[in-house]
Amino acid sequence: MNERPSFLLDGDEVPFDPGQTVMQAALAAGRYIPHLCYHPEFTPHGSCKLCTARVNGRLMAACTTPAGIATEVESETEELNDLRRTLVQMLFAEGNHFCPSCERSGNCVLQALGYDLGVMTAGFRHLFPDRPVDASHPEILLDFNRCILCELCVRAAREVDGKHVFSLAGRGIGKHLIVNAESGRLVDTDVKVTDKAVEVCPVGVILRKRVGFATPIGARRYDQSPISAQALADAPRPLERNHD
Amino acid sequence: MPDTQDELEPRVRRIISRWGHDPGALVQVLREVQEEFGYLPGPALTLVARLLRIPYSRAKGVASFYSFLSDEPLGAYRVLFSDNITDRMAGSESLLEAMCYRLWAEPGKVSPDGLVSVARTSCTGMCDQGPALLVNGRAIPSLTSERVEHLCELILARTPVDEWPAEFFAVHDNVRRAGILLGHTQQPGDAIRAALQRGAAGWSEHAANERSWREAYVGAAQGPIATLEEIKRSNLRGRGGAGFTTGVKWEACRQATGLTRFVVCNADEGEPGTFKDRVLLTSHADLVFEGMTIAAYAIGASLGFLYLRGEYRYLLEPLEATLQHRRAANLLGNGICGQPGFDFDIRIHVGAGSYVCGEESALIESLEGKRGVPRNRPPYPVTNGYKQQPTIVNNVETLCATALIAVRGGDWYRSLGTLKSSGTKILSVAGDVARPGLYEYPFGVTLRQVLEDCGAAGTQAIQISGPSGVCVDATEFGRRIAFEDLPTAGAFTVFDASRDMFDVAHNYAQFFAHESCGFCTPCRVGTSMLVASMDKIRAGNGTQHDVGEIDRLNKVLLMSAHCGLGHTACNPVLDTLKRFRPAYERKLRSLDFAPAFDLDGALHRARKMTGRDDADAHLEAHP
Repeated sequence: MNERPSFLLDGDEVPFDPGQTVMQAALAAGRYIPHLCYHPEFTPHGSCKLCTARVNGRLMAACTTPAGIATEVESETEELNDLRRTLVQMLFAEGNHFCPSCERSGNCVLQALGYDLGVMTAGFRHLFPDRPVDASHPEILLDFNRCILCELCVRAAREVDGKHVFSLAGRGIGKHLIVNAESGRLVDTDVKVTDKAVEVCPVGVILRKRVGFATPIGARRYDQSPISAQALADAPRPLERNHD
Repeated sequence: MPDTQDELEPRVRRIISRWGHDPGALVQVLREVQEEFGYLPGPALTLVARLLRIPYSRAKGVASFYSFLSDEPLGAYRVLFSDNITDRMAGSESLLEAMCYRLWAEPGKVSPDGLVSVARTSCTGMCDQGPALLVNGRAIPSLTSERVEHLCELILARTPVDEWPAEFFAVHDNVRRAGILLGHTQQPGDAIRAALQRGAAGWSEHAANERSWREAYVGAAQGPIATLEEIKRSNLRGRGGAGFTTGVKWEACRQATGLTRFVVCNADEGEPGTFKDRVLLTSHADLVFEGMTIAAYAIGASLGFLYLRGEYRYLLEPLEATLQHRRAANLLGNGICGQPGFDFDIRIHVGAGSYVCGEESALIESLEGKRGVPRNRPPYPVTNGYKQQPTIVNNVETLCATALIAVRGGDWYRSLGTLKSSGTKILSVAGDVARPGLYEYPFGVTLRQVLEDCGAAGTQAIQISGPSGVCVDATEFGRRIAFEDLPTAGAFTVFDASRDMFDVAHNYAQFFAHESCGFCTPCRVGTSMLVASMDKIRAGNGTQHDVGEIDRLNKVLLMSAHCGLGHTACNPVLDTLKRFRPAYERKLRSLDFAPAFDLDGALHRARKMTGRDDADAHLEAHP
């Protein structure tokens, strides 16, 4: 039997298949690297930088780094978790996030990461941007206040739905999510409430109308177990693992 | 401005057919649509998207990325003041104020009558003859209050920009010290013929430009390889800042597998304080194109691009004319200089206001008609560049140097400069000096020597290589310009003792926040927070805590930013903090804690509304 190639993740051997990224290999091997804009179903692009790890001594995003170039990866270090906490704080400060009144509270990836990483304070002055909501669509509400620009909806629309409902405009701190219509309103796009793009939002931007608070707070996804455990439960695994 | 859809459609269609309905030309199409209508009207964007068969949101996403493009109406005259620190030092802010006052305009907004919009833009590359501005895309340097007054009169009289006095648009080269490059005497074609002869000495008959079956013949690739060897022997390193060895880059590209190869000349000279490429493109365009042709010969490319920054749009027509001359002289086109198979041509891509497009992979994205966001690397452009094909991206000055090396050889070039930095470097000297302009030195020159030559007096600090470089103080003027000591892309900005170095760092922090592409969290949010901290310190509300926050932001940017812009964004602040700490501490309110805002000041509006100003309308605690 051929030995699969492998790299060391925090001292433990992680086998990988050719073409896999450090993130994919780690998750498949039951090892968690904190991440936000990475989603196993879509092309990784590495913008949130939460999965930053030391790959052979260099800091790189684990979700876009090919496993093939890695020999030694460090992820669970105080230095890196400190960085991740700061990045989460930055995302909270950049938008308008009011967890107690948010429909996604308890199901929110940003909030769950904050808890799991131990973010205890705001850390930065909030920027309080002005971001109007879009309630034009009869079935879907867009609350841009909570957008963290992870582009998951952009990728889901393009790669799964075969549409271009969502896109990014502007640059720098002015970068924002737009919809594919000259009017700028969701109702004028070809979005369907059943689209993958509607389902995938990790925070509370894309919400289905009239189904709010169906699950009470306290019984929601990340109320049950922390995101690190759930990410591993969700990770695609090889069907057979016969390397031991 | 278009009145009806009927009027808009034929004009948009004309532009799109000229670009062959190529969605890859989106940036160029949008730039021309904007030149046509003054801005990008919604219906025009929709039409562009439809005709190029791309989603509307992509057209909108690209249009809103580049700062020169606007999907909102602008004034009939769009005035953009260059906002580099050297412009500010020469009084740009008061000139901007004077213009706004005279024209009833507010910075950043269109005047109520739609006549004019006045705003600031990143350095326009006229630092040796600032303050400068752009009016409807055309550069006007050497501003004085008289000149601004004259501009206002022309605008108020609605005189078309084409009819403005020609001397307004006169841009000077200001070459103060010429070396092998600025003083060269090569004629168009000299370098190409020399390269071909070098090949002929190796009894080659074919250029093998297409990397085709011909290379199977013994000696067929001799010519390109002989040229490549000379470049390698010269030990030439990239002049854009990163200093990668040119010969190694070319060889990697030549050896990469691909359907075709591309040569890109990076003329997106966006680093504030740098203006050498403008002069090379103005007075030595033939040498630039010759260098590109040599590169094409060496790596086997048949198409090249010159990525010209939007601020240098005024150079487009003269550059196109030079390309035409070269085609007519058989220095471009098919069978260059009579060599069968040596086919190469050059297209010019004009940028639209984005510093980050100077990063090679962002530049390639922009060439492909996308938002100028740096790619994930690896893979690198030498294997997966333009259209995923092997591509070299070289700085203007680097390519000029290769044209010199092609004639005089790698050993000659290597004999100049220092051990690890061969050849010469052109410095763009500006700021507090008597003779600003271009100074070309062999590598290894001391800062003191440069200061002496340009007539600097009472110098407090020099910013080497712009905001992304380093700031040095008087104790370091013995240091040398070289990759071994102080590498530079060319900017050499001098500050005398009268300057507040805090203001310098503040200006640079604003620059990075303005130019961040916004792709990654640390740079998008971090550069804005850095500006917020600097604003707070400047307003006199800063504390030691804010200085600590700057340190924290820097750490995050250094560790996790996606590209060099983010990695270097805190440098100007940290460098000045290290060397000129009193400039900061003078502004700090107390050395540990003070509220982030002025409590009593927050009541100002309420007092104004109620017409009260008595003691009870003030907070007692106010110091």
